[in-house]
Amino acid sequence: MVQIVDRRLNGKNKSAVNRQKFIHRFRSQIKKAVSDAINKRSVTDLDKGEKVSIPAQDTSEPFFHHGRGGYRERVHPGNKEFQQGDKITRPDENSGRGNQASNSGEGQDEFSFELTREEFLNFFFDDLELPYLVKTHLAVLNEANKVRAGHTSTGIPSNINVIRSLRNAIGRRMVLRAPHYDSLMEAEKQLEDLLKSHDETDTVVILLRKEIEHLRGRIAGIPFIDTFDLRFDNRIDRPKPITQAVMFCIMDISGSMGPEDKDIAKRFFMLLYLFLMKTYEKIQVIFISHHTEAQEVDEETFFYSRETGGTVVSSALNLMNTIIQDRFSNSEWNIYAAQASDGDNWDNDSKKCTQILSEKIMPYLQYFAYIEITEDRHQNLWQEYLSIKEQWNNFAMQRIEALTDIYPVFRKLFEKQTHVK
Amino acid sequence: MSNRPLSETSEWTFELIEKYHKEIARIAGAFGLDTYPVQLEIITAEQMMDAYASVGMPIVYSHWSFGKEFVTNEARYKKGQMGLAYEIVINSNPCIAYLMEENSMTMQALVIAHAAYGHNSFFKNNYLFTTWTSADSIIDYLLFAKNYIAECEERYGEKQVEEILDSCHVLKNFGVDRYKRPSRLSMQEEQAKQKAREEYLQSQVNELWRKIPTKEVLRNDKKDSQFPEEPQENILYFIEKNAPFLEPWQREIVRIVRKIAQYFYPQRQTQVMNEGWATFWHYTLLNQLYAEGLVTDGFMIEFLQSHTNVIYQPAFDSNYYSGINPYALGFAMMTDIRRICEDPTDEDRHFFPDIAGSDWNKTLHFAMQNFKDESFIGQYLSPKVIRDFKLFSILDDYKESEMAVTSIHNEGGYRYIRRVLSEQYNLGSNEPNIQVYDVDRKGNRTLILRHTQYHGMPLDKSIDEVLKHVVRLWGFGVRLETLGEDGSITNIYECK
Repeated sequence: MVQIVDRRLNGKNKSAVNRQKFIHRFRSQIKKAVSDAINKRSVTDLDKGEKVSIPAQDTSEPFFHHGRGGYRERVHPGNKEFQQGDKITRPDENSGRGNQASNSGEGQDEFSFELTREEFLNFFFDDLELPYLVKTHLAVLNEANKVRAGHTSTGIPSNINVIRSLRNAIGRRMVLRAPHYDSLMEAEKQLEDLLKSHDETDTVVILLRKEIEHLRGRIAGIPFIDTFDLRFDNRIDRPKPITQAVMFCIMDISGSMGPEDKDIAKRFFMLLYLFLMKTYEKIQVIFISHHTEAQEVDEETFFYSRETGGTVVSSALNLMNTIIQDRFSNSEWNIYAAQASDGDNWDNDSKKCTQILSEKIMPYLQYFAYIEITEDRHQNLWQEYLSIKEQWNNFAMQRIEALTDIYPVFRKLFEKQTHVK
Repeated sequence: MSNRPLSETSEWTFELIEKYHKEIARIAGAFGLDTYPVQLEIITAEQMMDAYASVGMPIVYSHWSFGKEFVTNEARYKKGQMGLAYEIVINSNPCIAYLMEENSMTMQALVIAHAAYGHNSFFKNNYLFTTWTSADSIIDYLLFAKNYIAECEERYGEKQVEEILDSCHVLKNFGVDRYKRPSRLSMQEEQAKQKAREEYLQSQVNELWRKIPTKEVLRNDKKDSQFPEEPQENILYFIEKNAPFLEPWQREIVRIVRKIAQYFYPQRQTQVMNEGWATFWHYTLLNQLYAEGLVTDGFMIEFLQSHTNVIYQPAFDSNYYSGINPYALGFAMMTDIRRICEDPTDEDRHFFPDIAGSDWNKTLHFAMQNFKDESFIGQYLSPKVIRDFKLFSILDDYKESEMAVTSIHNEGGYRYIRRVLSEQYNLGSNEPNIQVYDVDRKGNRTLILRHTQYHGMPLDKSIDEVLKHVVRLWGFGVRLETLGEDGSITNIYECK
């Protein structure tokens, strides 16, 4: 009789643990490979895992085996023209098919494998953070940690603290029996004395014996444990401090941004968005796109809309200012902003931007990152922003010329700053 | 005979698998195949890769090297470099064979015939398997090992466990008894014994390293008594029993790796035979199905296509060549034994007087039961197979500047090639012969290993890495002496 078992619904990731162990073991090598891969490749698609290669030498598992040399005779199939006694030149050391083939079967110097998108991003975002994330706030949100907080006299059975309860019980028993115990001792001493001069049948002795009996009974009657003794471990909710942060993503979608520039900007924000979502549990992201007018949009529209028009950067900054005043004015928010533009702006508008930024916005902000996307020389907005950079050290600006710059620039902007914290 | 085919399409269903299995089992029974009960497990491609990664063990303790295996296969599979082998079969009772969900009905039938009847009967009847493995208890033992190692990780730290496992894996080929039959495995006994063993082992170790001399027989007759008295081939066993500073749990892990290596030892010695036997039977069984009209022409064509892929032998100068394909050689030899029995030529009568003309099924079963690759080839490789494969032998002597063709597939070469090929499958000459020779008990406790050189082959450069692991297990320095052909020490590797 055959037994057919359908195992398809069993977990398929039996190897997940081993895979994690592998990745953990070669963490430093993989990290290096990931950063190499990023520097080398142009961003094609963020939603992909990455093939990484690490030195095979590190991953090889040595074992006792023969090396080249000595004397060996082997049989091969497929003879065509050889005759007995023919001499053949020895194939090249490296190209020779050694009998001790490497056990990975693939390339000899490199060990290649795929990281999932998740793992890849983890490695990539590993040492990045939002700078100056300092304002922490006890939120009204009902998020809380259970923490131990002493003991109480009421609770549920599973929380009984046995040691404390019994300790209480011992104490109580000692206290309650103390008076009886003293009398008992006294009575027993009396009895001893009495017995020296009296008989067992004398009334005094009998009475005293009864008394002793009674006292013993009282002592025995004290309950071993009483509800009164019980103590329970107490746990209370402590609200979790959470950091509230909001990120403004401001993207220029004006006509001067070519399709490639827009692509770069979108990719940059996509990366930023992924990073924020992965690293911070509670973060709000506000998307603002602007041409001559600014608009607050949702994620979908931000990444996929195709609107276009002229450029008035100040419109976006004004909108941002309004939103800050409306929704994030209290001092509990960590506010961040990232702006991407080709820097091409109405001339007198750039001045306005500087003004809005330094007067209205920067005082509230933890960090402002400006990315100029252009291959040409710096545009007027860049020149203007330089003055802000001088005033505010939490203002950063970088320039992206081509797709390949995105990762390095991103890393530069959000590198963990050791002096913070 | 006008049977109706069991199915017309390539889709499989559970009912169909049962039907096919029933027919295959019937035919296998008629041919006299003696098997363990069969358990067929349907799995997905991902699960197949999991099974791959754990070297075919259904349950395995966790270790990064299995993860490495997994990512390699995963990458190659996704790239399309590698099709998944369609069969993995476990030498257990009942015999577990995996059927992949993606396969067509033809492939499922092929796997059932190949794995669940071919390999299964081999496992149950080949002398190496019956004496060296315990099919009844392997699953239990693997489970015990997995739990034990997980427990150790929790108690002593993942890193500590990983280090021990790393070092044991390095020596796993040197953790097998080649001549002594190992004791049978059983999970319950294992667990019960494990505690007692821990204490006992530890006490033995202390005995060995005791400094105060005991009153027992003082051996004055030997100047310096050697320990062990006889060289020992099972290095892991020696370490498990004698390494001075291993903790009891570390000894148990050494033992686990050793036991599992022992379980796989017969498989490494019977590749050609095992695959040849299974391939021969899937071919025979499915052809019988066809002869009885139970399968369609389409079924046969699909089957033959993958069958011919499996037994393809690229020539030595082909890009695909990576040694002799055990499926090809094994199948050719099995088929040829049948031919010699049924339809012998004069040449066969000359070479194989005792089997020419005998009952092929009996002869084949006898061969399957009583040989391993080395002796099987030595006994049964026929001139016809040598000619068909166009085998030739090459001598590669490093003292010479050129390699020499020592024989080819002709009258003068048959016996020579047979001998060389047989030797090629001798694990004993493929692996360096390294044994525990002595321990410097009075001095610095150095473990002395001896490598007896075979055909002047040196050890690979990686030897220093290997010795580091031996040192980790032993706890003190290790010296490896290479003994040349003439018996003098030609090379010394040391690691402290």
